[in-house]
Amino acid sequence: MNRIIKFVMLDILRNKIILFYTLLLAIMSFSMFSLEDNEAKGLLSLLNLILLNVPLVAIIFSTIYIYNSSEFIELLISQPIKRNKIWISLYLGLNTSLIISFIIGAGIPILLYSPNLIGIILIVMGCIISVIFTSLAFLCSIIARDKAKGIGMSILIWLFFSLLFDGLIMFLLFQLADYPMENWIAIIAALNPIDLSRIVILLQLDLSAMLGFTGAVFKQTFGTGWGIFFSSSLLFLWKIIPFMISLRKFNKKDH
Amino acid sequence: MIELIELRKKYNKLAVLKGISTKFNQSECIALIGPNGCGKTTLIKSILGMVLPDSGEITFNNKSIFNETDYRNYIGYMPQIGKYPENMSIGQIVEMMKELRGGHLSFDEDLYKVYKLDQILNKRMRTLSGGTTQKVSAALAFMFNPLVYILDEPTAGLDPISAEILKEKMLLEKSKGKLILITSHLLSDLEELVSEIVFMQDGELLIHQTVEELKNKTGEEKLSKAISTILKAQLK
Repeated sequence: MNRIIKFVMLDILRNKIILFYTLLLAIMSFSMFSLEDNEAKGLLSLLNLILLNVPLVAIIFSTIYIYNSSEFIELLISQPIKRNKIWISLYLGLNTSLIISFIIGAGIPILLYSPNLIGIILIVMGCIISVIFTSLAFLCSIIARDKAKGIGMSILIWLFFSLLFDGLIMFLLFQLADYPMENWIAIIAALNPIDLSRIVILLQLDLSAMLGFTGAVFKQTFGTGWGIFFSSSLLFLWKIIPFMISLRKFNKKDH
Repeated sequence: MIELIELRKKYNKLAVLKGISTKFNQSECIALIGPNGCGKTTLIKSILGMVLPDSGEITFNNKSIFNETDYRNYIGYMPQIGKYPENMSIGQIVEMMKELRGGHLSFDEDLYKVYKLDQILNKRMRTLSGGTTQKVSAALAFMFNPLVYILDEPTAGLDPISAEILKEKMLLEKSKGKLILITSHLLSDLEELVSEIVFMQDGELLIHQTVEELKNKTGEEKLSKAISTILKAQLK
């Protein structure tokens, strides 16, 4: 397994995009911390930026990378290597590269300016979000044979989770205002990994004002302790399930 | 050595293999021929596990190949159109394959050297011509001393001299008792090499006979004529 991961990682490093991504994260983090006068505010602004940019880069970069690796995959498939191993190695290689560049780009400034629990949780969440959206990228690229379709699908997924989802929930709630919908809404909110990670961090910060609508409902329904436990386990599922589905499809794919 | 039992495969609704059963033995050189789209490549890819058949069985040395990968250690495969990561150089590809197929102490680098690939190690795959890519494929297929060679249109993109070198290499390997499976359109190319003929059409296996049998039956001296005679007879 290690050898394939090694090839994938070397290949990604040779690709300059990942370096630009690291640089972008570093510029973002340093400027957020220098712009705001206290570190909690800086952390919050950075949180929003991270939750917008990290999923975008993770899903688009991974989708394109998987399509571009089709020759590499085809070459390996005729060799004495298990299909599981090829796909999992690709997943681990991509994830490791994205996580490393996140930790260098955003992790170091966060630890410099805010060396506390919240800072560390923000770093962990950034990594988790990278993994989740890479996992979704694997699903997109195995569902669509056509590259343009696959990339389009991954852009839509990102757009849906980062921009449309909150609006949809708000709309639902206003439409159904006459019914006791809060618990249902909390559960629906849990279906969005970006919202979930925002909730985990904000529950930690105990800043109800910043929770956003879904966060507030979530806190009201589950309370802080259960909320964190529940959302962390859901995030875990988000990392595993799309990838597992793609793995099953990959094992049955003809080349 | 390799046995196929009632192999069936459909792409969506198009049946590509319609119940193929046959057997390939050691020290044979088998030509898999047939018109375009008759299922030759699909058959080969099923043996390699790249295409998963809908039903039927494939065994390698009496062991089913499904969910197995180790048997591929004994196969050298040369694809019809070699697809390689564009950004890697020839040297990197060769190194990677050597690492991935680990456990070999010596490598068969005959073709690699005759084709002078060692002189263009730093060239990236995307800059190579079709013929040079074919040479890389050939060199890789022969590099790991396999028991079985599966060559999909091996001489198609090669210049006459390189094709001749490849044919000589195949003859040499055949004399060592290895199984060679070739698909090709150019029968004249294979005349001196082939010992058995498998003819496929529309996903069905029409003929599987040794060259001797074929020639005796038809009374023709040339292989290509013998086959066309048989086909004409079958069509009637």
